Amino acid sequence: MSRKFLSILLFILIISTGSLAQSNKVKVIKVPEMVKLTKAKDDQVKVINYWATWCKPCIKELPYFVQAAKHYPNVEFIFISLDFADQTKRVNSFAQKKELTVGELYLIDDLDYNSWIDKISPEWSGAIPATMIINGDQKKFYEQEFHEGELTKIIEETLNNN
Amino acid sequence: MKKYVFLTLISLFALAFTLDKGGYEVGDKASDFSLKNVDGKMVSLASYEDAKGYIVVFTCNSCPYSVAYEDRIIALHEQYADKGYPVIAINPNDEEKSPKDSYDLMKVRAKEKNFPFAYVYDETQSITKSYGATNTPHVYVLDKDRTVKYIGAIDNNTRDASAADKKYVEDAVDALIKSKEVPTKKTKAIGCTIKWAS
Repeated sequence: MSRKFLSILLFILIISTGSLAQSNKVKVIKVPEMVKLTKAKDDQVKVINYWATWCKPCIKELPYFVQAAKHYPNVEFIFISLDFADQTKRVNSFAQKKELTVGELYLIDDLDYNSWIDKISPEWSGAIPATMIINGDQKKFYEQEFHEGELTKIIEETLNNN
Repeated sequence: MKKYVFLTLISLFALAFTLDKGGYEVGDKASDFSLKNVDGKMVSLASYEDAKGYIVVFTCNSCPYSVAYEDRIIALHEQYADKGYPVIAINPNDEEKSPKDSYDLMKVRAKEKNFPFAYVYDETQSITKSYGATNTPHVYVLDKDRTVKYIGAIDNNTRDASAADKKYVEDAVDALIKSKEVPTKKTKAIGCTIKWAS
């Protein structure tokens, strides 16, 4: 084997492990992709939580989402951060610490809030924490902080209706 | 059968009642209030004798998005108070749920930032409820008769005032000054929830 071939191999290896490690990190998205996340297949249940590192009630309720994500492997958990787009480092370290990596992590990069809040849900005033629970083509929006047991109760009810 | 119809009606009525979050829409007449300012005096809209309208801002100490807008709220008052449209800032948060928003700490923040406007405390949260504010900062622009002309955000860039290309509150007040129709009457923005007493 030539040295050149080996170094190319090494290069590919480094690149691929790099991207593997990155899969747990927050993905910065724009509005069309965020709207797409609210669509689900017929038998699919999704829980989307809108949060930010600066939002105290969000941080208080996140452990209930992490617990539920572990308990319901068939339910898709998505965390969408409303932090500013140059704060991915802060979001990532927070996500690691709080185990948000059990779900999919996104950050919405669009500060023109009025242009997209209604596209997520007309029921949303824009206050966070906010959560959407999707069961096929049915969507329920919760503009509230969840307390112990409240989230799992709703997920159970959703799964029973499935 | 009749019984079921009756029960359905009752539950529909109950549902409608729960769904109705209350609060003002554009065109409604807002109520006046009497709330304690950081200087210890009671403030009401009627106490602004020369006012041609009001910029009522639900805001607080603790919410980073409110803090991000503080300088812009000061600028609004400086720009419009002399023209008859003062800012009145109302802290809607329960101090037990959000200790940083206590009346004492409001006084501290008002002094630090040298607020040129009244910063009053809605201790019972009843004004916040009747206006229907949901997050901070949340603005209600009223005309002289307290008719709601605009509800929503200050502009469309929380992070950077100079990057905002839609200045909703300025546009609304400018329209009122010129006796014109407010161009954008209602907007939404990301913000902190109101911290309600339990």
